[in-house]
Amino acid sequence: MQPENGTEDLLRRLAPRVLAALVRHYGNFEAAEDAVQEALLAATTQWPGSGVPESPLGWLIRVASRRLTDELRSELARRRREATVASHTVPDELFAPAADIADLRGTDDTLTLLVLCCHPSLSPASQIALTLRAVGGLTTAEIARAFLVPEATMAQRISRAKQRIKAAGARFQPPPEEERPERFRAVLHVLYLIFNEGYTATAGPDVHRADLAAEAIRLTRTVTRILPDDGEVAGLLALMLLTDARRPARTRPDGSLVPLAEQDRSRWNRAYVDEGIALITRTLSRAPLGPYQVQAAIAAVHAEAARAEETDWRQVLALYQLLERLAPNPMVTLNHAVAAAMVQGPQAGLAMLAPLDADERVARHHRLSAVRAHLLELAGDHEGARACYLTAARLTTSLPEQQYLQNQAARLTSDGR
Amino acid sequence: MKYLLLIHSNPENWGHPTFLRTAAALAMSSEERAELSREFETLLTEIVESGELVTAEALPDPAQTRTVRVRDGVPAVTDGPFVEAKEQFAGYFVVDCESLERATEIAARFPDTRFGGAVEVRALMERSGQEM
Repeated sequence: MQPENGTEDLLRRLAPRVLAALVRHYGNFEAAEDAVQEALLAATTQWPGSGVPESPLGWLIRVASRRLTDELRSELARRRREATVASHTVPDELFAPAADIADLRGTDDTLTLLVLCCHPSLSPASQIALTLRAVGGLTTAEIARAFLVPEATMAQRISRAKQRIKAAGARFQPPPEEERPERFRAVLHVLYLIFNEGYTATAGPDVHRADLAAEAIRLTRTVTRILPDDGEVAGLLALMLLTDARRPARTRPDGSLVPLAEQDRSRWNRAYVDEGIALITRTLSRAPLGPYQVQAAIAAVHAEAARAEETDWRQVLALYQLLERLAPNPMVTLNHAVAAAMVQGPQAGLAMLAPLDADERVARHHRLSAVRAHLLELAGDHEGARACYLTAARLTTSLPEQQYLQNQAARLTSDGR
Repeated sequence: MKYLLLIHSNPENWGHPTFLRTAAALAMSSEERAELSREFETLLTEIVESGELVTAEALPDPAQTRTVRVRDGVPAVTDGPFVEAKEQFAGYFVVDCESLERATEIAARFPDTRFGGAVEVRALMERSGQEM
């Protein structure tokens, strides 16, 4: 874990509460979100010099609502100029001083904001961008950097997302009871996607993307505090911790990938491993089971093995069987096949892969070829394994994966080319 | 996922947008040509507003191309493109979109694809990866 900058950390934590207070008071999510960004920027530039104000939350709300009312006033003036008759008057409370609007429902508001940002009318890319800005308190420039796109592109994505939310008539209020499970699942999925974006980052120009994993963990932690009894939220947090724990061991200094079986486990983040295992153990005993919990349980079994050879593959296999029932998808089948191979022998795993050739979601995915190559190698078919590693290397669009797969293929040739 | 859209076109006289300078487009009425331009503008606006457009550049006349080869340690510079073809590389777009299907859909809306040219869709490789 990296040491956190105090002010920045504070601002990130307060951002969703400031936004919630403004949206609750003024009702205009789009304009409120911009005003909060400006207030955060003002704090970033002013606080290091002037010191953190006595009530940072109150300060931010005051500055943000001043920006927002300025914006609303000039918008109103514009409309008045344009309209032939100024037919409506503005309610006084719209321009009321905002010092009193800070209600401290804080944490529930954060969840409501998350649900709004993960609105089903948005594409995943937009849900991610908006969540990072409105709830995570990141600037557009930071998000753009993390996704390796120009700031203008990311600004468009965020502004489009806000327009969509407005057009969909979404309001800043908790979802109706019957929609809650689905909307919460959408939030968890977005947090999971943010985590994955960060986790796959390695070294060099992508290193700042790692911050996304930390941000996803931070936001998921917040949600676990709001929904302490939700097993899937806890499961997701445990999964992130147990996965992120491997980060120091998963790449070499040159950025090349180290497979799980070859990782130096002494380099795993012990604090994350311990927290993840404790969390998933506690959760499994008391909450209804769900896919994130099962994935976390699998990660925990791997984490509990001091060496790769000590992995309890029987337990991993049982968990994949369970996961396949709870959330069947071809990527689960791939991992399930590896576990089956480790317990029942490579032919059992290979047999599970065969039907995937006809599944268009995965038939041309490099992971299918990579797993088949691995299992063929276990079965002693080096020629077949080599061909599959090369196929996988051609199919992947990731440079480090391609390098890894080509090295695997080269290992299986006599001259090592 | 980011994709590179490579635009290949065969205009009569080099100029942008290239599709308007193909023989077939030059033979069209000014209304039809204006309609083509509008379609293209609509596509551009759409991918800018959706936050999918990352960058785009147009290229000058291929006659201005230099191709460099090194033979026996000596650079050999020739005028003209590396690949001799009727259709020439006219420009490129980088889009960041949900799927290959979406990138293909965007590519299919470049008018060049209807005027003897083509748009090649190539994924950009990522520098990050999953451990196996």
